[in-house]
Amino acid sequence: MTVSPLQLRHVSHSFGALEVLRDLSIEVFHGEFVAIVGPSGCGKTTLLNLLSGFNHPTSGSIERKGKSRMVHQQDGLFPWQTVSQNIALGLRHEKSKQERLQEVRELVRLIRLEGFENSYPHQLSGGMRQRVELARALAGSSDILLLDEPFSSLDYLTRLRMRQEVARILQERPRTVVLVTHDIEEAAQLADRVIVLGERPAQVRHELSLATPRPRNPTDSEVVEATRQILTELDVESDSGEYTTV
Amino acid sequence: MCLEMTKFGAIRSVTLPLAVVAVLIGIWTIVWRSGIFHPSAFPAPLDVLRAFGEEARTGRLFTDLITSLFRVTCGFGLAVAAGIPAGLWMGQKQMVRTAFLPIVNFFRNLSPLAWIPFAILWFGVGDASPIFLIFLSAFFPVVLATMAAAANVPTIYSRVAKDFGMSDSEKLARVTLPAIMPQVVTTLRVTAGVCWLVVVAAEMIAGRDGLGFAVMDARNGLRTDILVVEMIVIGLVGVGIDRGLEQLTKIPSIRWGYER
Repeated sequence: MTVSPLQLRHVSHSFGALEVLRDLSIEVFHGEFVAIVGPSGCGKTTLLNLLSGFNHPTSGSIERKGKSRMVHQQDGLFPWQTVSQNIALGLRHEKSKQERLQEVRELVRLIRLEGFENSYPHQLSGGMRQRVELARALAGSSDILLLDEPFSSLDYLTRLRMRQEVARILQERPRTVVLVTHDIEEAAQLADRVIVLGERPAQVRHELSLATPRPRNPTDSEVVEATRQILTELDVESDSGEYTTV
Repeated sequence: MCLEMTKFGAIRSVTLPLAVVAVLIGIWTIVWRSGIFHPSAFPAPLDVLRAFGEEARTGRLFTDLITSLFRVTCGFGLAVAAGIPAGLWMGQKQMVRTAFLPIVNFFRNLSPLAWIPFAILWFGVGDASPIFLIFLSAFFPVVLATMAAAANVPTIYSRVAKDFGMSDSEKLARVTLPAIMPQVVTTLRVTAGVCWLVVVAAEMIAGRDGLGFAVMDARNGLRTDILVVEMIVIGLVGVGIDRGLEQLTKIPSIRWGYER
């Protein structure tokens, strides 16, 4: 039996008097894509910072097997480095120079940014930058991808395309993925399992699995149905199918 | 057409400033001819031109220039070499910042010229005094700017550094230093300008040579024509120093800081 790459046992976290997470127990299996959704400010990013080991939980335990890399909302690339240099960051302890160059070239091809190898982040569009971050996180021997609302700074159409890109890239380079997002449709389209968190202090409110194999379309019936379920769970969908006005 | 316009732009960027200079020289000539000022207190443009040739021929202008540049390079170089590490230390450690910031601020606001008497008492007249004064003018601003930049490096870069398993020294070289470079380079430009101002003042009082001493010497000999020559050279070289340091902002790994 393989060990789960990520396991949270009764994790609670507070910032001073502010209780952010309460008694979370989540297990992520090898190669699984788990999306965590919840109302804004419910502690999703805090959870990711705990998963990456950047912060430690106030109580409970987090077990992480393997190397994790985070893809940030935006501006996570080093602006003083080119696309190639940023991607090569995770390769600096590995292999010969020849193999490193080969791997960078391969990743640039994977994210379809051929011709931009020597561009700097500020010369790229938001979507291109996020693809470079993804490639940087994939480079070398990373096992776990942590995605912190990676498309939230992009416009709607770019976001849709980025979902396709991520699904395609993960087919070529499978990873265990935890995606934190407030975009419910995105979660339903990309993930094998969606965990819905409640208001702060965040607790697991609902969990649902999707059986349709990835990649999926936003209009696939299971995706639409899952979206509806999550929206209902978050109290933003009324029985008539209309959004409630708050 | 676009090309032609940039060509016109390039021509204009030379001709327009030259026209302004020509007008200024014209005004200068008119004032000189009007006799408002006594001729011994107001040199003619042609006298200045002649004095320039004389100073260039004897080579004194050149040696004074080298002397002043040498002093600025030493003082400024020492200040940067010591100021950047000190600023990094203060920027990264809250305790160090709390301890040293008030005193650094104090010296930052104390005119380096106030040190001239002590400089002469301690180092005499020669290279050491001006170098000491230039060091003081550059060190504290460099420390403060480096500190502010280092303290404000976005935390997201620290997260990335941790994700990618960087050691402390690797993080310093690969993250902190490149992240603060644009702000540091801006400060270096401003500070080098200040140093160029200070060296003249320092040499006027505590010098036996250098451009500042030449200014004082011209005044003592009532050679206002030479005085103007020195002034023109000092101004032009100052512009040159800034232009030189401006090139640093064009290095690709630094330019991002100015284009965002």
